[in-house]
Amino acid sequence: MSQATTAVQKEQHSEHHQELSFLYKYILPLDHKIIGMQYIFTGLIMAVIGGYFAYAFRMQLAFPGEIVPLYGLVGPGEYNMLVTNHGTIMIFWVAMPVLIAGFGNYIIPLMIGCDDMVFPRLNRLSYQIFLASALVLILSFFVKGGGFGGAWTAYPPLSSVAEYSLTDWGSSLWLLAVALEFVSFLLGGINFITTTMNSRAPGMKMMDIPIAVWFIVIAVILFMASVGPLIAGAVMLFMDQRIGTSFFLPSGGGDPLLWQHLFWFFGHPEVYVVLLPTMGIVADIITVFARKKLFGYRTVLYTAFATGGLSFVVWAHHQFIAGIDPRMANVFVVTTVLISIPLAEMMFCYIATLYGGSIQFTTPMLWGLGFLAAFLIGGVTGIYLGASAIDVYFHDSYFVIAHFHYTFFPITIIGMFAALTYWFPKMFGRMMNETLGKIHFWGTFIPFNCLFLPLFLLGLAGQNRRVYNFLNYPDLARQELHDLRVFATMSLVVMLLFQFVFIYNFFVSMFFGKKAPNNPWEANSLEWSIPSPPPHGNFKTLPSVYRGPYEYSVPGRESDYWPQNEPPKK
Amino acid sequence: MSMQGPIATHRQATGIPTGRLAVWWLLASEIFIFGGLVLCFVLFKLNGTPGFEDASLTSVAAGAINTFVLLTSSLTVVLAHAAIEEGNVEKSFKYIWYTVGFGFVFLGIKTYEYTGKIIHGHIITENLFWSFYYTMTGLHALHVIGGMIIMAIISFDIKKGYNFQRVELIGIYWHFVDLVWIFLFPLLYIANF
Repeated sequence: MSQATTAVQKEQHSEHHQELSFLYKYILPLDHKIIGMQYIFTGLIMAVIGGYFAYAFRMQLAFPGEIVPLYGLVGPGEYNMLVTNHGTIMIFWVAMPVLIAGFGNYIIPLMIGCDDMVFPRLNRLSYQIFLASALVLILSFFVKGGGFGGAWTAYPPLSSVAEYSLTDWGSSLWLLAVALEFVSFLLGGINFITTTMNSRAPGMKMMDIPIAVWFIVIAVILFMASVGPLIAGAVMLFMDQRIGTSFFLPSGGGDPLLWQHLFWFFGHPEVYVVLLPTMGIVADIITVFARKKLFGYRTVLYTAFATGGLSFVVWAHHQFIAGIDPRMANVFVVTTVLISIPLAEMMFCYIATLYGGSIQFTTPMLWGLGFLAAFLIGGVTGIYLGASAIDVYFHDSYFVIAHFHYTFFPITIIGMFAALTYWFPKMFGRMMNETLGKIHFWGTFIPFNCLFLPLFLLGLAGQNRRVYNFLNYPDLARQELHDLRVFATMSLVVMLLFQFVFIYNFFVSMFFGKKAPNNPWEANSLEWSIPSPPPHGNFKTLPSVYRGPYEYSVPGRESDYWPQNEPPKK
Repeated sequence: MSMQGPIATHRQATGIPTGRLAVWWLLASEIFIFGGLVLCFVLFKLNGTPGFEDASLTSVAAGAINTFVLLTSSLTVVLAHAAIEEGNVEKSFKYIWYTVGFGFVFLGIKTYEYTGKIIHGHIITENLFWSFYYTMTGLHALHVIGGMIIMAIISFDIKKGYNFQRVELIGIYWHFVDLVWIFLFPLLYIANF
């Protein structure tokens, strides 16, 4: 099909969709941009719930037994439920929908220069399944016995026997919600991969694809390859719960360790599933605001391949004290330490990109740099935990919690704000307020460190996770330790309060902000060549691509950027 | 092929039609689901878990007939694809329904097997072998039923003259369902390792 006929059909296509009713435009859309926003807004609402849960249980830890303002009394069972669902929500209903499904949907077709995803109806269906999964999860909080409280890892037999967990229906609905969410992302993932493989603009070679798109696709493939066994495991656990089989119950010949293997075989690649989209988004942001070509495009890409491959052989480092063979533990120590090499290399490429650039400290750039700084601490402390000798002491302590949040907070929250502030002009056609954006950045970033740095110390002092009230344990009730807990909780409250600045900025800018031009950041990738917000069908004439996405400050050119679709001078 | 939907659907940067590419990725994800289940089964079996000697109670004859039925249905779905390539809608329609028919035979024999086992007290909770037996064959049977429903829908679509390419796509899927059975049959019925 020639380019001309494509363009003609395109125009007919967008005219055809001109008069969509509100219902079909915003509630049951086929447009990838609206579906992406549906994911993002659902994810943001779930983030509010997850943050509220964190507030409630952190208050309980700092002021045990006192009534939490805006919540009430946190009982021991409720505490477990809050901790469990905070983890579940933040990973499966915030990180995945916002970073992968939300921004993946929004930016993939725009960045590769086509009019939509290859399967728009499949896309809509995957969002609807995702929405159903979120509703099932919320429903599980209100059934008899309350929500599931057996930790987000759901180890059996606690998760499989109602007499142990005391949440008969809570556990099953939780599991059902997670399984539905997996199905939704598998369907969405097939769409992402196929779109990127088949529907790129003419001229866009493999090495001309923006890193953000590459990494989302790699993440989706990792997810697909790791989640399968856990889906099988979820079916088995569900049958253990409801039919009375004993796949994971030693009393019936089953093995609880099997669940741990299935869970972590998924759970560790999952870390990279959510990390890679943020890494990719940050790659695009730092090149734009350093006005420099990405250092080592291919190296960055190959390190992502290496990370993805290695991520499948590190899972048992979560199980060093679970009773696995110490000889096997040694193997996993080696692979775990090994995986830090490609990731460190990726980090160095990013830092080398910044070196010598003309850095503009815009809000998205602050978030991007904040991500690199915070994730560095998360990555380095991970090397401690990967060594089995140290992990035996640190296991299930607050050191793990602090390490985990130094990886996932930058990935999920900082990455989300980086992406939102960067693409906000494109999504809503308005600029966000920079001053409020910067206040919000510092008001989040500083309290974040004040919240989680003390947890490293508490972990070193031997404080175990998943404990309702530390004051019941003389060793842990010491004043200096309790002060750290109170300080961490207060930092959380400050951080949560600063989010109101963002909410205000977000909604006020959406309606009253300065009108955004097509390309406010002077970036190269294709989404900036069209109006903000892009019309249905995205491109008036579908673009052709002549170069990679990171041609900034090319010597001999008048402007310091070079859009991918600008034809070369004859 | 009708030109519906976005332009994106009709691009082929890889040279592979979009639908076929997506089906291959779908099957890739399915491989990991069934692969995980099969791996768990094999690990329990190698571990000498009590109850796995019940594998000798499964009916090899019924399983073998079902293997034959499924393999034949894979042939008919290939013939349906060959017919639609020639543009022969009637012939393709006929072969699709032969395939659906073989699907019914397969499910019938499966039902007969299940009934016999349950009458003899081998229910899903008896021991780990039967848990795996019902889970694995049940999940497979669900895939068979899903395939049959989709085939029925496609058969009427091609009569109306559109979505001819979907005959090939459901064929690829059907071969996968067949292949899963090729793994399940020796594992659950024959193997004694």
